[in-house]
Amino acid sequence: MSQSHWNPQRVQTLIEGERHQPGALLPVLHAIQNDLGYVPPDSLPLIAEALNLSRAEVHGVVSFYHHFRDTPPGRHTLEICRAESCQAMGSRRLENHARQRLGVGYHQTSPDGEISLEPVYCLGNCACSPSVRIGDKVYGDMDSDKLDQLMDELTTQAVEVR
Amino acid sequence: MTVRVFVPLDTSACARGAEELALALQTRCGDDIELVRNGSRGLFWLEPMVEVETTQGRIAYGPVKVEDLDGLLEAGLLQGGEHPLQLGLTEEIPYLKQQQRLTFARVGVIDPVSVEDYKANGGFVGLQSALGKTAQQLVDEVKESGLRGRGGAAFPTGIKWQTVLDADPGDKAQKYIVCNADEGDSGTYADRMLMEGDPLSLVEGMAIAGLAVGATQGYIYLREEYPQAHKILNAAIAAAEKANYLGDNIQDSGKAFYLEVRLGAKAYICGEETSLLESLEGKRGMVRAKPPLPAIVGLFGQPTVVNNVISLATVPTIISKGPEFYRDYGMGRSRGTLPFQLAGNIKQAGLVELAFGTTLRQLLFNFGDGTRTGKPMRAVQVGGPLGAYLPESQWDTPLDYEAFIELDAVLGHGGVVAFDDSVDMSEQARFSMEFCVEESCGKCTPCRIGSTRGVEVIDRIRQGENAEDNKALLRDLCDTMVHGSLCAMGGMTPFPVLSALNHFSEDFESNPGEAS
Ligand SMILES: Cc1cc2nc3c(=O)[nH]c(=O)nc-3n(C[C@H](O)[C@H](O)[C@H](O)COP(=O)(O)O)c2cc1C
Ligand code: SF4
Ligand code: FES
Ligand code: FES
Repeated sequence: MSQSHWNPQRVQTLIEGERHQPGALLPVLHAIQNDLGYVPPDSLPLIAEALNLSRAEVHGVVSFYHHFRDTPPGRHTLEICRAESCQAMGSRRLENHARQRLGVGYHQTSPDGEISLEPVYCLGNCACSPSVRIGDKVYGDMDSDKLDQLMDELTTQAVEVR
Repeated sequence: MTVRVFVPLDTSACARGAEELALALQTRCGDDIELVRNGSRGLFWLEPMVEVETTQGRIAYGPVKVEDLDGLLEAGLLQGGEHPLQLGLTEEIPYLKQQQRLTFARVGVIDPVSVEDYKANGGFVGLQSALGKTAQQLVDEVKESGLRGRGGAAFPTGIKWQTVLDADPGDKAQKYIVCNADEGDSGTYADRMLMEGDPLSLVEGMAIAGLAVGATQGYIYLREEYPQAHKILNAAIAAAEKANYLGDNIQDSGKAFYLEVRLGAKAYICGEETSLLESLEGKRGMVRAKPPLPAIVGLFGQPTVVNNVISLATVPTIISKGPEFYRDYGMGRSRGTLPFQLAGNIKQAGLVELAFGTTLRQLLFNFGDGTRTGKPMRAVQVGGPLGAYLPESQWDTPLDYEAFIELDAVLGHGGVVAFDDSVDMSEQARFSMEFCVEESCGKCTPCRIGSTRGVEVIDRIRQGENAEDNKALLRDLCDTMVHGSLCAMGGMTPFPVLSALNHFSEDFESNPGEAS
């Protein structure tokens, strides 16, 4: 997948929208990732310059936080909760199932580019463990069958869109 | 006549289908109903729970699926009619009735973003009266209430506020109120429920905190994992601004308070208050050495109150009902109530706000009704990923900060995660170390390297390699982490590890080939 597909103009506008506030770096990074799905490494000089930081500082921040990614995600991101409450309800089985079905590990994207798999440590849905998140929606009481169904729905949708 | 019908918009209620249900109900009933999207009452096995307002009070139904709607409407749902899913008057459901809901009094009851609804249920009484009091009076009332921070460390809130009130803000003349809404602990969701179900109580608490210490700017540092709470908080802040409870002249008092939500980016350590402040400043979440305390040198170097969501949202109750009212609940030095959160393998998972002093067993069985799988319960982790695993012999301990410390355990933020007898406690211990590897800020060697070594040593124990020597090594390692770490991440990871080793030693006998 090409990583130079981002538009510097667009990024500049996003930076401009957030830079005039105290502690603007995280809001800037969120704005970029919300829009592009990731923070392109080549955009770091633009960010650094706008916020009067060094490139190393910006890179340090991007790499510190698990949320920010430096490569484009798949069409969908599936986050599986790995934390204790979900463990108590079978999340380890669920993770294995997802890895097998997608043929990838955490922080990777399925070969068809459909689903990126990410770990998450608690979604606050512990009363309905195990939990997963896709986009802004959280799903609970998961098992392998339900997860398969969810992934089927995602990939069918994608076909229709094409 | 239109009937008021409630369908929660809470994340967990939606995870169980509340969104689809609300849509279907609205489509079917149209103008016959006024659909209110409330927070959750916190009885999650009954979600989605639909409530209907009747002359007798609100009648609940649950768990309701879209397929149930036809039958329910036929049975007279909108009049509170009889149906197998009918639960009776909501307030009379034993799980709810046996609680002492002070901080959560309005959660699930009101429309979370309606100032009108909030005020009709006792909202903004505290702020209104705070506007007529001196800063010192407000700090004194919080001190007298006995409130201790609900984020985990249980530090007296009034004393923290006094430090900030007394601190000199220097030339910049700015102090800050920062709400810690990072809620990273597994098994906890009280902050989320409150922000989704009664966000205005947090807004009000923060505004009162501002008046009490002389701060005009507030930030809510919210974890990225809570998109629904994010939306609702922003809507609530906009509503409060419009009604003049935030802004440059609150209720024409001449006093100002501004509030903004900032998003985290998935880092457990950013729940630690100094790491959180670094993050708010736009930096990596590296823990700062204390002193100086954030109360004196906090956000952007200025005096700053950092408090948990529940601590701040409890303040309006203290100010409106009086410190004695709150202090009269609880035991020993643990005053008031704590919203416990039942999670993991438990049949009736949910939010249980209780005065301190009842036992863990009551929580697990009277409220929780045992495990969801129906197998015997074996271990319970209290207080998040840095909290100890308690075996059955400790379940009669009263829920009290000091009683838990005596067990080398913590109440923390009130999360209670139950496990049945299929749990492998050496695997849990391994995870605690692995989590520390994953989430350490990296500043101290014992935390950063110690946890990596910890994973390796536990793997060796699990494989039966020099098990006894390696257990001794693990204890040494834990000791180094406890004593050589700057913050509780490295300093408390040994709690779950050692509790597993001490109370469930049979799981650390060799089981070759099973190490993952
Ligand atoms: C590793 C770590 C994670 C923490 N996470 C949280 C958190 O998610 N939420 C929270 O309120 N406090 C958290 N704390 C506690 C805070 O450092 C701090 O004590 C708290 O925000 C103070 O507010 P309170 O006095 O109202 O509890 C954490 C502490 C540590 C060491
Ligand atoms: S104990 Fe761990 S998380 Fe805490 S300051 Fe040290 S390295 Fe950072
Ligand atoms: S531990 Fe998985 S949602 Fe909380
Ligand atoms: S910085 Fe080296 S041990 Fe803390």
